[in-house]
Amino acid sequence: MQTHAKKRIDIMVEAPLMKKVLDLLDELEVTGYTVIAALAGRGKDGSWHRDGLVGRAGAVVQIFCIVDESRVDAVAEPLFKMISRQIGIVTITDIQVIRRDHF
Amino acid sequence: MDSALALASANLLSPMVLFFVLGLLASLARSDLSIPEAIAKGMSLYLMLAIGFKGGASVAQNGVDATLLWSLLAGVVLSAAIPLIAFGALTLTTSLPRVDAAAIAAHYGSISIVTFLAAVQALQTAGIAHEGYMVAVAAAMETPAIIVALWLARKGGGGMDSGTLREVLLNGSIVVLLGSFAIGWITGADGLKSIAPFIVDPFKGVLCLFLLDMGLIAGRGLRDARSSLTLPLVGFGIYMPLIGAVLGLVAAHLIGLSLGGTALLITLCASASYIAVPAALRLALPEARPAIYLPLSLGVTFPFNLTLGIPLYLILASLFH
Repeated sequence: MQTHAKKRIDIMVEAPLMKKVLDLLDELEVTGYTVIAALAGRGKDGSWHRDGLVGRAGAVVQIFCIVDESRVDAVAEPLFKMISRQIGIVTITDIQVIRRDHF
Repeated sequence: MDSALALASANLLSPMVLFFVLGLLASLARSDLSIPEAIAKGMSLYLMLAIGFKGGASVAQNGVDATLLWSLLAGVVLSAAIPLIAFGALTLTTSLPRVDAAAIAAHYGSISIVTFLAAVQALQTAGIAHEGYMVAVAAAMETPAIIVALWLARKGGGGMDSGTLREVLLNGSIVVLLGSFAIGWITGADGLKSIAPFIVDPFKGVLCLFLLDMGLIAGRGLRDARSSLTLPLVGFGIYMPLIGAVLGLVAAHLIGLSLGGTALLITLCASASYIAVPAALRLALPEARPAIYLPLSLGVTFPFNLTLGIPLYLILASLFH
């Protein structure tokens, strides 16, 4: 099967910031993204757990999108600028996709 | 006075306080007991809807007078003034960075709607009436503290961008609370009667389950925050509600609120937010550390208010009323 090289950008970010990140991805014309609720974890700023939470502070979500390598800097730089003051991490991974025209 | 003390002991041994303690102990003992997030949010919406609707129906039955406007104004002023006192106290007694002190101050100027619910329940158990519009006062006290705290954090500059302000003003809890209040006001006693089996009878049981969850979260916060909560901070979490309570008492006296209304305004001034303010601050003041302000509000002040604070505020209200 023929596959095509792309980049996956993963953004772990505090739930209150989710909407701003998604708005930015829309603005950057990323063709698609997915949000996954993270259950629990621990980082430099302490631990968090989704169970029982009423407010959004304290919850973390994972947002991921797939982009062409030529667009990585155009997407990652404004993303990093937005979350640099927040609790969160951004990772970029090499991946292979089957349907090249989707990204 | 004797009846106030009886009320205090009844509150301490009420199912809602005991369920909170159960959650707290279970969490501290590292039990795997947990309430799924969706259920916790559902219960929160239910409680906001019920308390808002009942408040609106009460206003429809009893009417409104000038004290409604004075109470709203007092709520806004107190919510803006308390962070200034809290910030000053933290600056004097701790070595926290300015942003952390301002963030904590925002929590203490804003309110905890669950503490308010618990106080309403304590009043109902004691058969003490209160002004139904206190729900609207609670909603009015959510935001001013955040604006003042951001001003403090930025040394008088900056504020909230329009997106963050919109999120704070239109956060789900406020929309359901005020919306239900309006619907309760419009539909009155007939409306309340028609949905009483849903919002009156199960209310206490849902509040117990919700407080079990709050106990679990508070215990988890306390466990995680042992290193960040210093003695001066824990002290602040106890004495700041008392300062707020005195301010609330003075304001209630000046407005001329009833005994129940006075106890509720005191409770609002003494409570600290842990839902609306943390979410707003993560957007508007991300440098402030949630590992300090969340456990302080949820792990120290909330348990204090729920167990000792509410009875104390009822006694305070009855002594000066």
